[in-house]
Parts: sequence; structure tokens; C-alpha cells
Amino acid sequence: MDRYLLIVSTLCFLAAIAHTVLEIRNRVFQPMRFTFLAVGLGFIFQTAFLSVRGHALGRCPITNLFEVIIFVAWSAALFYMVVGPAYRLSLMGAFTAPLVVVLQLIALLAPIDHPHRARLRVNSWLEFHASMSLVAYGAFALACIAGVMYLVQERQLKTHHLHSLFYHLPPLTDLFSAIVRLLWWGFVLYTLGLISGFFVGEPLPWTQIVCATGVWILYALILQGRYLRWFAPKRVAALCIIGFSAALTLLWGITFTAQTHAP
Amino acid sequence: MNLFCVGLSHHSADVETLERFGGHAEIDCLLRTSGCAEALLLSTCNRVEVYAASVSRVSTLDIARCLDRRIDSHMSPESAPFYRYEDAQCVRHLFRVASGVDSMVVGETEILGQTKKAYEAARASGAAGRYLHRLFQRAFRVAKQVRTHTDIARGAVSIGSVAVDLAQKIFGDLGNCKVLVLGAGDTSEKTARALVSRGVSDLRVSNRSGERAENLAQLTAARVVPFERWIDECREIDILITSTSADVALLGRDQLAPILRARIDRPLFIIDIAVPRNVDADVDALDGVYLYDIDSLQSIADQSLAMRREQIDAAEQIIAQHVAEFDESIARGLNYAARTSDHPAVDDSSLSPSES
Repeated sequence: MDRYLLIVSTLCFLAAIAHTVLEIRNRVFQPMRFTFLAVGLGFIFQTAFLSVRGHALGRCPITNLFEVIIFVAWSAALFYMVVGPAYRLSLMGAFTAPLVVVLQLIALLAPIDHPHRARLRVNSWLEFHASMSLVAYGAFALACIAGVMYLVQERQLKTHHLHSLFYHLPPLTDLFSAIVRLLWWGFVLYTLGLISGFFVGEPLPWTQIVCATGVWILYALILQGRYLRWFAPKRVAALCIIGFSAALTLLWGITFTAQTHAP
Repeated sequence: MNLFCVGLSHHSADVETLERFGGHAEIDCLLRTSGCAEALLLSTCNRVEVYAASVSRVSTLDIARCLDRRIDSHMSPESAPFYRYEDAQCVRHLFRVASGVDSMVVGETEILGQTKKAYEAARASGAAGRYLHRLFQRAFRVAKQVRTHTDIARGAVSIGSVAVDLAQKIFGDLGNCKVLVLGAGDTSEKTARALVSRGVSDLRVSNRSGERAENLAQLTAARVVPFERWIDECREIDILITSTSADVALLGRDQLAPILRARIDRPLFIIDIAVPRNVDADVDALDGVYLYDIDSLQSIADQSLAMRREQIDAAEQIIAQHVAEFDESIARGLNYAARTSDHPAVDDSSLSPSES
């Protein structure tokens, strides 16, 4: 039953993509309206899915790779709902929707939704640690999307070839400031998640600790590099994309080891 | 009641003809002499048009006489390049005019402001009644919808406005941008003024001739920078406009690269409108530098105009839909308009500044 909610949610995000593609093709793109509505509806169905699954499990639904991927997609949509309108990043919904669709399609199509044989013990610190870290992934996902938008806009400005999309993308400096804020949001939440990991009261696998610390160091380096002006904005944008790709890979490692160590 | 439009525009007449008819128009004449029940005169540099409603047919010659009293009374209407649209054709024409579809620069928004002013004048003098009121209110709605739902007004179509648009796409709010104008030529002055009109307050001018720099600085409320020190300003500024008559490039990659290291997180927008160019083309390869010369600015202006023209079909569809609806409401006898005796003033809030 809960998978149907996820399918409907994916269809909403697909509708946002299709609408954007059609409008951009016809050069009559109206940002914010339909996209925001479709992404908002998709987010509601995502939330309904997580709620139904959470009630069934009796805990935060992040017990296997399937649920973790959906939680990351939900976090990305959540950050878009908060950040997109606030920063007037009108096209961000159109860029967020494809990422969410890819994540949800992987989750729906890959055989990764394995239920746990035994009912999992509720550990509030562990749940806080995992959920906070995954919400931080949502911020990193949005930073990655803002990074893609920055590079698209920058490329158009450099090549002097301005597509219709150019007029709908935000200014470079606005995008860069959104990237930096999202990185900070993600980094603070991830740090909170990491620190709470010390209070779970049970030993965590060392691979999980190494992977989680690796992600933290990666984003700390990007922020430090930005603060010390090692990297130009274009490089920070590219690093956000590389960083999120690496973080997703490490997340798979973290979830995999967590599942193999689960009772 | 007959609804019609008689006029001249850049499509049918040259500037001299437009000047001849545009400068002598009198709304009283249209109402008293020609026998129109309602009349409105739209006179811009690219068109002179009369929109009117009458019980019996008013000839094009009668309208032409009111527009130019010098016209020979025995002159046939065919000798002047007037066009005439009746009923639905008139409605469609006005919707096209107000939307900028019929303009010389497709999609320009100045015409909407001019149409609103013309309507206001006619309303204030009592020349526009319920027919024209309904027609023009609908035209303003159509124009707004066309601009919102198509890209017809998107993109700048003159060198100065392209430069300003690009600056806004790089920096967003231009209020905090520092601009250096190198060379005190006419084009750089226009570009600098366009930037100031969009919020730039920190403007600096540098020129070989100190006197010309002082003159430009006075005109634009700028600060003068000695010519030998202009390159140091590149550490601070966000936008550089160059238009000197130097035969060799004044700024190259080797000069700019060390400066950029000190300002790595801030982009530098260079507008090189000099011929020959003042800035080496390879400067554009540097991270964070966006170099545009006169050719690239012109090319973007051309792209924008082509993009606007591509939007005409989409605009025509919106217009056709509104013409059909308006036609239907006219057929119903303007019941709504008949119930309302007063005509509200035009809301000017949706007007955007005109280009160039």
C-alpha cells in the first residue's frame, strides 16, 4: 500500500519535469506556479509514505537502503520547499525534481526494500543521529542542484550563447550565496548527527564511522576552502556536485554496513 | 455602434508622414467634426492611430482631415497611406499594438504605457465612453497576459540594455557594484548611465584626457581616477567599461591574473565597447571574468530580438482568444458596461521601464 503513495509522489515530480521541459521547449516558461505545486504535492505523498511506513515500523523509517534513499529524496524536497521560494530560486524546483525522480525510481525498481526479520529496537539517539544526518543530505543535495544551476548559468555567460533558460536562472552571486548557505545548513546538521552518534549507547561498525567522518571532512574542506578563498565560486559549485556524488556513494556504504550489522 | 481604427504606423508610413499627421491631431475635431461618438488618439513616434466608435460610418478622409488640417479637402483617402480596421479587426489590431506584437522592436513595453496614457487622456476629456473603455481595459489585460505567458518582452535588444541585463545576471542587485568607466566616449557614457539607472552608485571614470574625465564624472556623479592608476582599481571594481581609442590592448591576461588572485570570490564583468578592442580576448579564459565586446553584445541583442519574434505565434494565440471573447461580449450588447456609468482610471503599477 505505502509503495503506491511513493509511485504517486514520483508521478508528481515527473509531472513537474515534463511541464518544465515542455514550457522551456515552447519558450513560455512560467517558474514557480506549476512546478512548485507539483513538487509540493509530491512532497505531501512522500511524507504520507514515510508516515505510513514509520507507523508500521514503530520508528523512524530509515531501516534499509530503500527507506534511506526515500528519506534523502524527501529531505531534498523539504529543503526546496523552504529554500526555493525564500531565495527566489524559481528554477530550483525544475532542477530538484529530476534528482528526486532518479532517487525514487532507483528505490522503487531496485530490489532493496528488504524488511527486517526481527522488530528493530527503538533507540532515540540512534534515530536522531540517522535522521539528522539524512536531513543534512537534503541540504547537500540542494547545494548540488544549486551548483548545477550555477555551472549552467556560468557556462552561458562564458560562451555568450544565451538560451531561454538564462533569463529564468537566478544571478550568479545569488546562486553562490545560496550554495554557501545550504552547505552551512548541511554541515551544521551533519555535525549534530555525527556528534549524536557518540550517544547511541552501542558500538557502531568502524566502516560506518570512517564513511560518516569522510563525508564530514569532505564538506569541511569545501567550506574551509571557500572561507580561505582557495576555490573560486565556479570550483565550489563543481565541488558541491562531486561532494554530493561521493556522499551518496558513502551513504550506500554506511547503510550497507548498518544493515549487515543489524540483528 | 461601429468600432473602427484609422491610422498610420512604421509599417505603412515613413517618419516624415508620421510627423506630419502626429503633430496636428485634435481630439475635439474627431468628436465634433467627424461625427464619432467616442474617440481616442494614440500618437507615438512609430504610429498615429485613432480608435473610435460611431453610430454611422465615419470616412477615413474625415479622420485624416482631423489629423492634419493642411490636407487638401479634395484629396482622396487612398493618397495617404492610412489603414483602417473595423470591428473584430480593430479589436485584434489594438490587442496586437498594446502587446508590443505590432511594434518596430517586437515586445517593447513602452507602447503599453503610451496606450494607457492615451486612454487616460481620452477618459479625462470625456472622449472615451463605455465602448472604448471596455475595449482598452481588455487590451491592457491582453498585453499583461501576453507579457506574462510568453517570452516576447524577454531579453534586451540594445547594446546598453544587454550590458545592464548581463550585469544583473552576474551580480543580481547592482546597488553594491563598483563600476569603472575607462575612456569618456559617448557609448561608455550611455552604458554607465544605464547602469546608474539600475542602481549603481559607485561610479569611477578614468581617461587620458583629465578634462573629459572630469566632464563625464560631473554628468554621471562619478569619481575621477587618474589614468595611470586605473589598473589598480581592478582589485576593487565589479564592472569595467572600456571605450578608449587606444590602438593596442590596455589589459591583458598577464596583467589581470595576479589581480584576480586577490579577489577570487568576486566576478569581474568587462564590457569592452572600444574598436579596436581595449582588452585581450584571452582574458575571458580567466575564472570569474566575463568579457563582452561590441560584437558579442550586438549578437546577444540580435538573439533576443530573434527570440522575441519566435514568440509572436504564441502571443497571437492569446490575442485571438481574447478577440473572440470580446466579440462575443459586444454581440451581447455590452450589458455589463451599460450597468457601469463611470470608467476607472488605469492601474499603472504593471508598467515596466522602457528599453534604451
